[in-house]
Amino acid sequence: MTEVPNTALGAREWQGWLRPDGRKGVRNLVLVIYTVQCAAHVAHAIAAGEDDVQVIGFPGCYDNQYAIRLVLSLARHPNVGAVLSVGLGCEYTQPAKIAEAVEKSGRPADAFFIQDVGGTRSSTEKGKDIVRSLRERIMRETSRVAMGFGDLTLGAECGGSDGTSGLVGNPVVGRLFDYVVDAGGSAICEEVVEMIGLKDIILARAADDRARGELEAAYAKAEHYCREVRQYSVSPGNFAGGLTTIEEKSMGAFAKSGSRPIQGVIKVGESPPWPGMWVMDSVPDPHFMQFGYTNPNDTEGIMDLISGGSQIVLFITGRGSVIGSPVAPLIKVTGNSRTYARMHEDMDFDAGRVLAGELSLDAAAGELAAMVADVASGQASKPEALGHREYFVMYKHQDTPDLDRGCRSAA
Amino acid sequence: MTSAFRIHPDDNVATLLGDGEGAVTIVAGNEIELREPVALGHKVALADIAAGAPVVKFGIPIGLASVAIRAGDWVHLHNCTSRFDERSGSFDLETGAAKDMSYD
Repeated sequence: MTEVPNTALGAREWQGWLRPDGRKGVRNLVLVIYTVQCAAHVAHAIAAGEDDVQVIGFPGCYDNQYAIRLVLSLARHPNVGAVLSVGLGCEYTQPAKIAEAVEKSGRPADAFFIQDVGGTRSSTEKGKDIVRSLRERIMRETSRVAMGFGDLTLGAECGGSDGTSGLVGNPVVGRLFDYVVDAGGSAICEEVVEMIGLKDIILARAADDRARGELEAAYAKAEHYCREVRQYSVSPGNFAGGLTTIEEKSMGAFAKSGSRPIQGVIKVGESPPWPGMWVMDSVPDPHFMQFGYTNPNDTEGIMDLISGGSQIVLFITGRGSVIGSPVAPLIKVTGNSRTYARMHEDMDFDAGRVLAGELSLDAAAGELAAMVADVASGQASKPEALGHREYFVMYKHQDTPDLDRGCRSAA
Repeated sequence: MTSAFRIHPDDNVATLLGDGEGAVTIVAGNEIELREPVALGHKVALADIAAGAPVVKFGIPIGLASVAIRAGDWVHLHNCTSRFDERSGSFDLETGAAKDMSYD
């Protein structure tokens, strides 16, 4: 059992926002959603200068079921209070349909086409007016609610991994995950393509036969995918940081999942049906054409984790990174103290102190848990304070997940 | 003296916890003499590894030795390749940049 040494953490509570579906958010945001790249400038202009207004969308003119599922899961995310959807007017994806789906979730929403309103300036003004009234409504109407670690769903993504990531960066997050799972919360890892070479190790973590079957299928699909596209999730920066092969990177990456039983595999846009540790499959499903890439950059992986309901995402980077995310705050963890010293403007947490013998892995996990609680209580993480809201979603095909698995208590 | 960490008892490599040159201490183990400088986060061979034999870290094979490796050698892209990634072996040793992509 992982013992987070600071026992006061267990009692740590903060005020969140209660959503109509019972989930609790750590932010109360207005989301502006563009439905084609042509509307992206206006969407960003509407959000400009507004701290609690963030932008997501879909760039393609042709719609895509996977992308719509993902966008809707972000629009109905626990950190989101209200939505304005903005289209140009020609595209397949319908802003009014998005607003309608959001309203059904009990949140206020609105939508318009730029071509119906006028041009850039008039649409921006109209959008700002709508955002103002949406904000007033959610400030007035959203109930505050006490929250603790058991109410959290955390995601973890690695990017720019190096030889320290598998030694301390990811293991520290793994211990935090164990702690959150033991408290009754959920944790999600994606990056099944970074489990290549670890089949037996992953299957041994399955909670039961059903979970084992789901993990086996996800692993086989990812391995087949990598072979077909001749692309493995390992990059020049990883090599320069001392990682030699995908197998080595995988083993380090998997450490962020902690040690608790894996409940099963969810797909992009799907929240864990019951609490515990979950793996998210973001690899395209077989289709008549090989459709879409599995997360061509860190940002799409982070968006996937948020689509699964993560209120906060941990990003572990040995080499250093300067990205953030809309919808859910990103907390940046590095296992490399040199990277922390060089990029402390952007790095939230230095787990490299464990390698230097300054503190134990458990003590580091306790500190990180306290930082998560601070950010959940409203304190801005570094990427958040710097205004980073990177967003990326592309065409992909995934079969529609079975969203009716129902809630079950964790085995 | 710089130290290096052996994660699993079966490992035949250890990860450098700082930039190393000359002798390094293996945490809770012996010393090993580096045959060349090895940077933070990179790996040193703790034993001779025959060409074709597995390089073991975390207790699992992370690749195969593409040439014979001697104890104290830097283990990286020039002497260890993936059993999965067919581009493995075509990356620049220092920068990690791929050498098999045309920019003409």
